[in-house]
Amino acid sequence: SLAMELPPSHFSAGRAAAVAVGYLRYLRGGPGRGLELRALRRARRQDIDDVGHKYYLELELEDVLDKDRTVNCTAEVLYHLGSNSTAPDVQVTVQGELRSTEEADKEFYNRIRSLEKELVAENIPDSHGNVPPELEPIHLLAWAASGYVIWHNSTENTKFHLAQVQHVKQVKRSDEDLQFDYVLLLHEMVSQEVIPWELTLLWHPQHGARVSRD
Amino acid sequence: PANMKLILIFSALIGASLCLETFVGHQVLRIKTKNEEEVKQLQLLESLEHLELDFWINPSAPALPVDVRIPAVSVQSVKAFLESQGIEYSILIEDLQDVLDKEKEDMAESAQRQRSGSFDFGAYHTLDDINNELDHLASEYSFVEKIQIGESYEKRPLYVLKFSTGGFNRRPAIWLDAGIHSREWVTQASALWIANKIASDYGTDASITSLLDKMDLFLLPVANPDGFVYTHTSNRMWRKTRSKIPGSICVGVDPNRNWDAGFGGPGASNKPCSDSYHGPSANSEVEVKSVVDFIKNHGNFKAFLTLHSYSQLLMYPYGYKCTRPDDYAELESLGRAAASSIRSLYGTTFQVGTICKTIYQASGGSIDWSYDNGIKYSFAFELRDTGRYGFLLPANQIIPAAKETWLGLMKIMEHVRDKSS
Repeated sequence: SLAMELPPSHFSAGRAAAVAVGYLRYLRGGPGRGLELRALRRARRQDIDDVGHKYYLELELEDVLDKDRTVNCTAEVLYHLGSNSTAPDVQVTVQGELRSTEEADKEFYNRIRSLEKELVAENIPDSHGNVPPELEPIHLLAWAASGYVIWHNSTENTKFHLAQVQHVKQVKRSDEDLQFDYVLLLHEMVSQEVIPWELTLLWHPQHGARVSRD
Repeated sequence: PANMKLILIFSALIGASLCLETFVGHQVLRIKTKNEEEVKQLQLLESLEHLELDFWINPSAPALPVDVRIPAVSVQSVKAFLESQGIEYSILIEDLQDVLDKEKEDMAESAQRQRSGSFDFGAYHTLDDINNELDHLASEYSFVEKIQIGESYEKRPLYVLKFSTGGFNRRPAIWLDAGIHSREWVTQASALWIANKIASDYGTDASITSLLDKMDLFLLPVANPDGFVYTHTSNRMWRKTRSKIPGSICVGVDPNRNWDAGFGGPGASNKPCSDSYHGPSANSEVEVKSVVDFIKNHGNFKAFLTLHSYSQLLMYPYGYKCTRPDDYAELESLGRAAASSIRSLYGTTFQVGTICKTIYQASGGSIDWSYDNGIKYSFAFELRDTGRYGFLLPANQIIPAAKETWLGLMKIMEHVRDKSS
């Protein structure tokens, strides 16, 4: 059947956009890049018989570390019919280039590798919304990690945001990756629940973020 | 050879020197030297007095960073010089004047805070501090009165500020509440700023003055004090009341699913442990019943406005059903006008629509109850932000959020005033 136009302010469009942004954060996020949705420009929905519901989105994103410019993207989010245990299929195409984070990534990597004691922190941001500057990269990595969880666990009836990093512990490794064991608090907008989620994130400047245990 | 290159570049730099009075366009660079040779080049640069370079950390040894303020006209040529020599640098301050202006602004605001007593509207406060400020406002302004409309489950007073410039009793009135969901801290904080704004600007601000000359305003800044205290002492993410639920180990009812409007319908949970638990019956929560009784007894409310966070939305009924209210056209138009006013200040965009279309179907909500009880102008605001900080909005955004929200509220209240006379 044909795709029908949705008002961007309709909640179903916003939920699909959150999935696309989560997916992109996982793929392209890192200690030096925090992608946020500036605006949802256009949304269409297509009901595909025996398959599911597919959303076509036009998004305007910004990097919280580079708010003066925006990046346009298109995304497709397919929620599979009936199954609440299969992750939605997501495709995102970024138009143009994202700002390079090579230098910031290298600096962060070297700083963490050279720590004598493994990094431990909690409540990021704190109750008053503060994030100490040296923990901002850890916060942004948590965004990337939450992107994985949000992408994998979203349905048309949910909308997740990262509410807070409850706890993070660095685990030193013998290989090249950095490892962070996170306890994330995810806020689910429809049920209004705040759900703790434990996961292990690996990160490397060239290999990006990977969730290794969820 | 290197020296020739240096001389050529230096002569270009000589041509770029000027005398400046402000710091507009001045940049502060941090230069990281790799060896003695580079340190010497920086010392050479330092000796060129006409460039008026201001070294905050002077070049001395390769291991130490060199910080230098560069006047606007020389910025490009100094950078070109550094790049041509392969000397690494980063920008510490993009525009020094911006930093100085911000600092001046902060200091002025701080001085203003000192003048208006010692309550910092740009910070988050405890319940006790908030209640003290309510007392302060009531004692400072003759037309502001603190009244108690009931008690919470844990016996904390529910305090409302009444703004009334006289006239006969039961003037047409506007209701405004905040903090019904305790974790939405920007709402209680904004309500305090708004209270102070109304109190201090009556008599000088034409809009506020004409509003209060015709109508009364009742403001409940902390609609859920038990939950609010709990967010300070135990769980920052607590949303509900703190009432004990018979037969359950879980505590609390979602106070915005507890109103008598489609109670128990879709969009509310019947499970006590849920964050959207509607409670055993409508108005089971004393925090809700107290407001219902107060508004019914008053009998002349024309508007019911409630603050939540986050998502940047401006919504009107219905939530419990997905059909449009009878006054859809007027409410949609007024909502759009209010969102426009909000956006005019800092560019913050609020989406406008019915609760059901904009966020989700949700039964037992306060503005559905008020609308179905004859209060036409019923609106729910979801304040900043859209998820970056969510409930944990940094304190430095409280006043901007309050200011922009105020513009939206005023738009609605002015319309209500015009329609009520």
